[in-house]
Amino acid sequence: MKENNSFILGIKHGIPICLGYLSVSFAFGIFAVGSGLSVIEALLISMFNLTSAGQLAAVPIITGGGGIPELALAQLIINLRYSLMSVTLSQKLGKTVSALDRFWIGFGITDEIFAVSTSKNKSVGRKYMFGLILTPYAGWSLGTLLGSVAGNILPDSVSSALGIAIYGMFIAIVLPTVKKHLPTALCVVGAIAIGCAFKYIPMLSRVPDGFVIIIAAVVASMVAALLSPVSDEESEQTDEKEVNTDA
Amino acid sequence: MPSMNFFFHLGVMAGITYLVRMLPLVLVNKKIRNRFLLSFLYYVPYAVLSVMTVPAIFYATSSPWSALAGFVIAMILAFFEKSLLTVAIFSSAAVFVTEFLLPIIQ
Repeated sequence: MKENNSFILGIKHGIPICLGYLSVSFAFGIFAVGSGLSVIEALLISMFNLTSAGQLAAVPIITGGGGIPELALAQLIINLRYSLMSVTLSQKLGKTVSALDRFWIGFGITDEIFAVSTSKNKSVGRKYMFGLILTPYAGWSLGTLLGSVAGNILPDSVSSALGIAIYGMFIAIVLPTVKKHLPTALCVVGAIAIGCAFKYIPMLSRVPDGFVIIIAAVVASMVAALLSPVSDEESEQTDEKEVNTDA
Repeated sequence: MPSMNFFFHLGVMAGITYLVRMLPLVLVNKKIRNRFLLSFLYYVPYAVLSVMTVPAIFYATSSPWSALAGFVIAMILAFFEKSLLTVAIFSSAAVFVTEFLLPIIQ
């Protein structure tokens, strides 16, 4: 397999991801300061985590005084999918990638970076990976900074309107697949039903939000995986589509 | 200056998120063949994003009515596969307009 090891090409492939991340992290910044975190706290979370769903789930746990076990388990479950991506990416790393390089490449695996780095029929080198991770990372950090500052200075009517932005993006990720793949649709409906049960049934509503996400996602995904296992092609199609959505 | 408690939470969060990504990359070199595990990992992101969005989206703005307007617009645009940014902007705009009109209607 030929190896792609151009830093410039990595930067170039990272730009569409960077632009997508600017807006998602801007929305995260707004959400974080709206929930009571400071600008520097929101920025630190983005700079050390680089994961939208995990970060969004963490904010209410941190501001609500949630425990460490809840936070740890929530991050583990929500980010577990990265393990699979890491395994897949490990097959694509070229000869220029040393054992040590794998430690920093591991930090930069996101849905989009994974999809781009594994979608070409070439192995990827260390310089290429550095460029491909650097640009989105810069966008993710900068967007968070801008969003959290904006959340502090914008009028309430604008902050309120922007508060829905990150949820709009989540809908934009989920709905196109739900529309085409019935088992995903049923999985999504099941997860929401479980989540709502925990929120609105008095006995269950004492369970912290972080655990509700874990329980709902694990149960719905396990049932869906048992009843309707996906083929290799289906999971690969999704990855390519996610890149197109952001680009 | 963030509190010690914040840094403790940040450390745990960042540590776990990093280990989940780094360990398989460093340790595993074989491809996962287990179909159940592959399928489970395929469904997890959709389930997570959905349960985080509903019902939280209806509490994300200053009025449930404006949230409903933003939700409906987001669903319509996402159905027609508009980009993440487009969906977010028009959804926010629907909230803004609804909150502007609400006091006039009521």
